[in-house]
This record gives sequence, structure tokens and C-alpha cells, in this order.
Amino acid sequence: MQQSKRHSSFPIHIAVFLAPAVLLYSLFMVIPLVNSLRLSFFEISSQNQLSFSGLQNYIKLFTDSNFAPFFWRALKNNFVFFAVHMLVQNPIGLLLAALLAAGGRIRNFFRTVLFMPTVLSVVIIGFVWQLILNPLWGVAEGMLTAVGLGEWFGPWLGKPETALVTVALISVWQFVGIPMILFYAALIGIPDELTEAAHVDGASAWDIFWRIKFPLILPTVGIVSVLTFVGNFNAFDLIYTMKGANAGPDFATDIMGTLFYRTFFGQQLQLGNPTMGATVAAMMFLIILTGVLLYMFLWARRVQTYEM
Amino acid sequence: MRKLFTLISLLVGLSLVLSACGGGPAATQAPAEKVTITIESWRNDDLAIWTDKIIPAFEAKYPNIHVVFAPTAPAEYNGVLNTKLEGGTAGDLITCRPFDASLKLFQGGYLASLNDLSGMENFGDVAKSAWITDDGADAFCVPMASVIHGFFYNKDTFDKYGLKEPATREEFFALLQALKDNGETPLVMGTSDQWEAATMGFQNIGPNYWGGEDGRLALIKGTGKYTDEAYIKTWQDLAAWQPFLPEGFEAVKYPDAQSLFTLGKGAIYPTGSWEIGLFEKDAAFSLGIFPPYTENAGDTCYISDHTDIAIGMNAKSAHAAEAKTFLSWVASEDFAKLYANALPGFFPLSNAAVTLDDPIANEFLGWRQTCKSTIRDSYQILSRGEPNLENELWRVSAAVINGSLTPEQAGKEIQDGLDKWYKP
Repeated sequence: MQQSKRHSSFPIHIAVFLAPAVLLYSLFMVIPLVNSLRLSFFEISSQNQLSFSGLQNYIKLFTDSNFAPFFWRALKNNFVFFAVHMLVQNPIGLLLAALLAAGGRIRNFFRTVLFMPTVLSVVIIGFVWQLILNPLWGVAEGMLTAVGLGEWFGPWLGKPETALVTVALISVWQFVGIPMILFYAALIGIPDELTEAAHVDGASAWDIFWRIKFPLILPTVGIVSVLTFVGNFNAFDLIYTMKGANAGPDFATDIMGTLFYRTFFGQQLQLGNPTMGATVAAMMFLIILTGVLLYMFLWARRVQTYEM
Repeated sequence: MRKLFTLISLLVGLSLVLSACGGGPAATQAPAEKVTITIESWRNDDLAIWTDKIIPAFEAKYPNIHVVFAPTAPAEYNGVLNTKLEGGTAGDLITCRPFDASLKLFQGGYLASLNDLSGMENFGDVAKSAWITDDGADAFCVPMASVIHGFFYNKDTFDKYGLKEPATREEFFALLQALKDNGETPLVMGTSDQWEAATMGFQNIGPNYWGGEDGRLALIKGTGKYTDEAYIKTWQDLAAWQPFLPEGFEAVKYPDAQSLFTLGKGAIYPTGSWEIGLFEKDAAFSLGIFPPYTENAGDTCYISDHTDIAIGMNAKSAHAAEAKTFLSWVASEDFAKLYANALPGFFPLSNAAVTLDDPIANEFLGWRQTCKSTIRDSYQILSRGEPNLENELWRVSAAVINGSLTPEQAGKEIQDGLDKWYKP
């Protein structure tokens, strides 16, 4: 009797345990997010009065000649930024993880050194790399000249053709430690029996990596990709630090984050526009949401996870 | 999750501090209470001058008021200030950008009207023009200073090669070529930060082509266009500057250029009078200046004498009386003298006759007699719409110097942008 009563009563302890997280998360994340989305459906008058305007802001963002070219350029630049991370950061992260997992006495040292830039402040990274690449007194030109490549040097951060890729590579340098550590953790989780068995069967190291280890860490590949995607489409700080809110030269380094900042807060004589800023923020949210949903439904459900 | 814990502990700490404050009313109501007022500003370069010279002079006269100068980085000032005003956390006194940025703050109810402030009668209409409503009914900031554009040069380098100050376009480019032939970096400027190209390039030499105020007002009336010859010529000059700029100028930032010049590694530096303080402190050589060159010898010369800085009062200030006391003092002759001499290169706008101790500042000021004054043409009215004219001028001027836009394309892009929203 007593037993069944206990079962039917509301599991109050669950609510108690969830409450702190739910409350704080709602207060600091959910409510501001919803409020920001709401703001994107309003217009602000010169007397600071808000009035509902439906989808006007979105139509403006996609079609108005003052916003649309900026939006599409920022989106394109953001995809380039993401592509550089996917093609450079994650493969290098995987390579470093594979080297670390192969053992060696000084791997702890390298693990720490390679991860270190990740914990440094973006402002320091931006400042140091600007000094290194400075065409007047940077060390980059001297170092390239020392190995006979001095002619390759250029003011990369100042040229529209190279600025975005340069900034993206600096970001890669900073964050390569994260995919490295995630891949490393996955790789050392693979039991030795599997590789030993493959070895006995006559598989080469190359085969062992690509046919045994890589399929086993595929879930991690997915996680790293989606983390890169989310991080890149939220990126702002490095470009703001190095190129300012105008994301020069000629908006070559303008990504969604800097576009949002300029629109929302204004810049020099340009006044901030909170409702259009919220619209840009809503688009960033939608893009990231789409990316994460694609990952969840197209990748995470299909990829084979093995119990090890 | 760790972020959350940090946040919670911060909040708990904050609430403890707040409750401690609330718990001691006796302490806050002590007799002879000293009121603290805070100044918001973008002039972080002037922090030492404010705290060591200007504020002590004021506090000596008004011992019950304590003033704190709290600057923000120039590029972030507008954004930070707007956010602070909206959130109600801004200081009592607000340093005013010229024209629309401050006008918008006044219209939004963030800046108080200063019509009845004692001391406002010391300023002429031109001085007040940047901080007044379009109908002239309300003035909302006390004008502090203007800056004059021109070129600094390294006198030692000029003497070494027997070169002299250029007066015309032809002389200017001959001078650059002569410096280049001697292996010097003739012209120190970078385009990485973009604003130098527009402010220290375009707005510096341009008034001589478009005829100062005439050209500027013609743009506002709609009789002048950025596709006119005067503007194209200005951009053509900037494009012609390119071969004389330091190597890798595309990635050279403003502080880099300043250092390059003060280290004596460049001969001529296009800029404005605001650099006097820094250059006199850092440069180990003797400095000279010359005004923007004219097209032909004997042409009327124009200088950009830009009303740049003023100070107003936060309408929601808790210490309005003390803030007004400070503003009246800013409007006085005492302040004009103190400020102009503490900050050579920022020229007072009040009618008080002020003599300057600094010879270079005096030379800049002397140009007001020989040339006609104007202000930057993008600041009044024309930067109200989208796309923002000032931002666009930065972008295209930098692009013209970099060679990625032709002067004609630049003029067309600017005029098309303006035509989109501006109907004279």
C-alpha cells in the first residue's frame, strides 16, 4: 500500500534538482535569447518608440541595398572562415593527436605546449600576431628571408585578398588544441587489443589508423565539426581585435559577428540600430541552429558507435 | 557550468556589497559630503592631463566636488556610451562627438539642454553649430575645442637634403620624389585602420579642391556631387600618394605610423594638430608643419578647422547642480587657457582671446588668419542615413590608396550611396 503510494506521487526530488539549473539558464540564456528574437520583429522610431513591424526587418536584411550586400558578404566570408578551420585546423588537430597517442616520453610537454594558445586571451593573440606580421618591424619577414622566402612576404593583414585567410589561420593557430585534445582522448580510448589483432593480421600502421582507429573516432569527428561550426559562426573577438568593427580592408574580413556589432552598436558616425542588430543576431541563431540540427539528424543518428 | 558558478559567486558578492552600502545610511549622509562626478570621454590619450592639471585646478576652486575622468578607447566610445546611457550607468558629464551622434542623444533625452547655463554666452554661433538642434533652439554641449589638419615633417631630414616646405601640388610631389630618391620614406601613413585615409588624407587636402565651406554646403544643398572634378582630383592625389607610403602600408596601423614618424624613419606625416602633444614628447628631432598644398600658387587656401569636442550633461545625472558648476567652469576663460595650453593642438572655441605657449600650436592657429576655415564635409547632416557616409568615405579612401578602387569608382560609390537616402 505504502509502496504504491510512493510510486504514484509526483517525483518532487527531480524538480528540486533541476530547479537551480533551469532557473539560472532561463534567466540568463533563454529569456534574453527570446527577447532578442522578439526585438527583431519591431521597429524603433527616432523617439525611441518600439512598434511591431512583422517581417519587415528580415525583408530589409535580404533585399535592401544597404543591408543585403553586407549580409551576403558576411555570410560568405563566414563560410570561408569555417572552411579554413575545417580544412586546416581539424586535420592538423587529428594529426597532432595521432602523434601524441603514438606515445613518446615528451608527449606531456607537447600536449601542454600545443594546447597553451587556446587558454590565452584573444586580445593577446591578436596583438602578438599583428606584431609578428607587421611589415615595418615584424619578425615574419626576417624569418622568411632567413630561409630564402623573403619575397613571399606581404602585408597580408592589409590586403583584401589575403586578410580573411590570414585572420582565419591565426584563429586556427590559437584553437588547434581543442580538436587535438578531443581526438587524443578518443584515440587513447581505443583498446590495444584491436590494434594488436590488426597487427597480427598483417595490417600496416596506415591501414590500422584509417580502417580501425578512424572509424572508431567518427563520433568525435562529428562533435569537433559541429563545435567548429558553432564557434566560427559566433566568432567576433579576433577580427574585432585585429581589424576593428569595420572589418577592413574594404570589409574583406567582415563576418556575421562584426556585422552584428556594427549594426547593433553603431560605429563612428553611424548610429546603432538595435532592431536590425537583433535581426542579424536572429539570423546567426538560425544558421547555427540549422547546422546543429543537420548534425543531429543526418550525422549523429547514422554514424555507427561501437562499444569498446 | 563553471561560468555559471563564477557568475553566481559574483552576484552573491555584489549583493553583499550592495546590502552593506544600504545598511549604513549614517555613513553616506556625513556632513560636508564630497560629491563625485564622472566624465565620459574618448580621449584616453589625455588622461594624465585631465587628472594632473585640469581637474586639480577645478577642485581647488570647488573643493566639495570631486571629478573623475573615465575615458574609453576612441573606436569604442560611441557604442559603449550609448549602451551605458540606455542602461542608466553613464557618468554625469558626457564628452560630445560633433553633430548627429550627440544630437541623437539629446533627442533621445539623454543629454540635458544647456540654454540657461551661465557661460554659454562666451561662444559664437559657428562654435556652437555642431552641438545645437537643427532649428537652433537648444544647445546641449559646451564647445571645448577644434582640431586643424595639416602635415608634420621632420625638419632634420628636410635640412639634410636642403628641402623646403611645399606650397603647391607640384612642389609637394616633387618633394616626395626627392625624398624617395634619397632613400627616405617620404610619406608616413597606413590604410589598415581606414580612417586615416579619409580623415588625414581626403578631408585634409580636399578643401583646397572643393573650396572649403562653399563645396561643403553645395553637397548639403545638392548642387555639388561627389562625382564632381574636385572630389575626383582629391582621390587622384591620394592614389598618387601610394608609391611614397611605407612598405606594406596596407597593414600599417595608426600607432605604427605614429611610431615610424617619431622614430625619425619617415619624413612627412599627414595628420592634424591633435598629434602635437605626442610628437613633441616622443620625437627626438625638430618638428615642422605645413598647411595642405593648393593646386596652383596663390590660390586661396582652406584648412579643415574641425569642431571636434564638447562636453554636455547626462540628463539623468544624480548630481545635476555640481555637473552644471563644472560645465560653467568649462565655458570660462580660465578653462580655455588651461585646456589650450595643456593640450596644444586642441584650439579653444570660446571668444576669449587665448595665447598659446607652444610654437607649433601657435603656427597651426596662425593658419586661421591666412587660410579659410571649414569642417569635414561628411559630419553635418550627410551622415544621417544608410549607408553611412563617413564609414563609406573611410572605406573608399583606403581602397583608392590601396589601388583596389579608382578615384572615379570611389566618387560614384559615394554619390550613389548618398543619393539613396539624401534628398536636398
